[in-house]
Amino acid sequence: MAVKLPIYMDYHATTPVDPRVLEAMLPYFTNHFGNAASRNHPFGWAAEEAVENSRAQIARLIGATPKEIIFTSGATESDNLALKGIAEMYRERGNHIITQVTEHKAVLDTCKRLEKSGCEVTYLPVEKDGRINLDDLRRAITPKTILISIMYANNEIGVVQPIAEIGRIAKEKGVFFHVDGVQAVGKVPVDVQKDNIDLLSLSAHKMYGPKGVGALYVRRRNPRVQLAAIVDGGGHERGMRSGTLNVTGIVGFGKACELCQNEMTEESERLHRLCERLKDNLFGKLDEIFINGSMTHRLPHNLNISFAYVEGESLLMGINDVAVSSGSACTSATLEPSYVLKALGVGEDLAHTSIRFGLGRFNTQEEVDYVSERVIETVTRLRELSPLYEMAKEGVDLAKMQWSASSPAEH
Amino acid sequence: MAYSDKVVEHYNNPRNVGSLDKNDPNVGTGLVGAPECGDVMKLQMKVNPQTQVIEEAKFKTFGCGSAIASSSLATEWVKGKTVEEALTIKNTDIVKELSLPPVKIHCSVLAEDAIKAALNDWKKKQGSDATAEQPAAAAQQ
Repeated sequence: MAVKLPIYMDYHATTPVDPRVLEAMLPYFTNHFGNAASRNHPFGWAAEEAVENSRAQIARLIGATPKEIIFTSGATESDNLALKGIAEMYRERGNHIITQVTEHKAVLDTCKRLEKSGCEVTYLPVEKDGRINLDDLRRAITPKTILISIMYANNEIGVVQPIAEIGRIAKEKGVFFHVDGVQAVGKVPVDVQKDNIDLLSLSAHKMYGPKGVGALYVRRRNPRVQLAAIVDGGGHERGMRSGTLNVTGIVGFGKACELCQNEMTEESERLHRLCERLKDNLFGKLDEIFINGSMTHRLPHNLNISFAYVEGESLLMGINDVAVSSGSACTSATLEPSYVLKALGVGEDLAHTSIRFGLGRFNTQEEVDYVSERVIETVTRLRELSPLYEMAKEGVDLAKMQWSASSPAEH
Repeated sequence: MAYSDKVVEHYNNPRNVGSLDKNDPNVGTGLVGAPECGDVMKLQMKVNPQTQVIEEAKFKTFGCGSAIASSSLATEWVKGKTVEEALTIKNTDIVKELSLPPVKIHCSVLAEDAIKAALNDWKKKQGSDATAEQPAAAAQQ
């Protein structure tokens, strides 16, 4: 079977809307266009009913109750609301937040801002496999600690943190536990009860729903979590997030959660097999390639590989009918390679050669084989072009070389 | 980021890829950049000692498409030029020819540096006893 090009293999960045999700959304653009806050006519009632139905679908997927779901514009807003909302609401109790270095920027940059307004933040390091050390976490907790914020799974390397253990520690110490669940929810089982999660950030477009809608789970019982709002207005969403609800987006979000719940087991097994196949294809034909992050504690649909001696952006250019992303500096505006890989202790030289493959619902085995072939072919060609590969083959120790001092970033 | 047609063309059909004997007294080798920065260029030129004309040029580059294109273009340009002429090639000429965006200007700087480094190495070899062996001297500068 011929594959259709280009191939999308960047599902950590975003996912297409599932056609079944789109179908559920369409009537809410036109026929049922009401404002869910309009309490006195059928247009409003229909919208409200749809929103409440979605709330239930989302809650079910994560083991919550519908009232604990607060709709937002996406996970970035959810992360902001969780961190800023807790910091402000519980200022009297303490000002210390614990997070870790490979979090998404939505958490890290929010922490940076909170530091400017008097919070103290501990950024836990990660081990070589990308996971935090639980002893480090225990040691970091002080009487002033009000919040631990640790992501479920990382967006670059797919590494899953020991969430249940962290949840137990947080509960034992009476500290709130926020989890950025964007990459994990809908892909692997996430249960806020079992994992003692107090706040959980979600995003629809990472799970085959539309962009521009997300949610924050806020625990209501045992313990009850309160948040200071960061958006003021009509008092929607129990006063935690004002603003007219994005009804169509929310309907799509709910439907997306329902589909994930029904299909997750089968889908994650299938994607895991495809990922293994991709890995075996590449490792079978290429030497000196390295997987970044734990292979045992990992999302089933992620592979992050460094192709030594081949710069990531040039590799992307060679496989231009395949959409993947690179940890190379050249793909970002900052000229800095991935901070996530750096935190794992991956050298900057290898960080520049990394590619993230994120598989998803619509990838096929044929696509995996096609992508493997293209990557193998391009890496082989670019290594022929690489002075580093030549030197390594001659036995030169690249780490001991004196490289010319000028840094490209300084020009 | 969209690449210019010329960058894509050089990337797909790089000119003069390969290596020359770095121990040949008439070959100058320039190795610039660093793996941590994501760009390393090796540029080698074989100079006719009588005429000072660059008769051969080869490159290998670890780097993005623009770095590969810049070094490929550099080998094309230096071939047939005298040493003195080659030293007048400016990074801005490369930027113009390849329509490099600002974020990629460092690639052209690196290519200019590589030309200079290779010719310096050659001059050093000429200055010292032309038969003297300087294994890997250039590569470690």
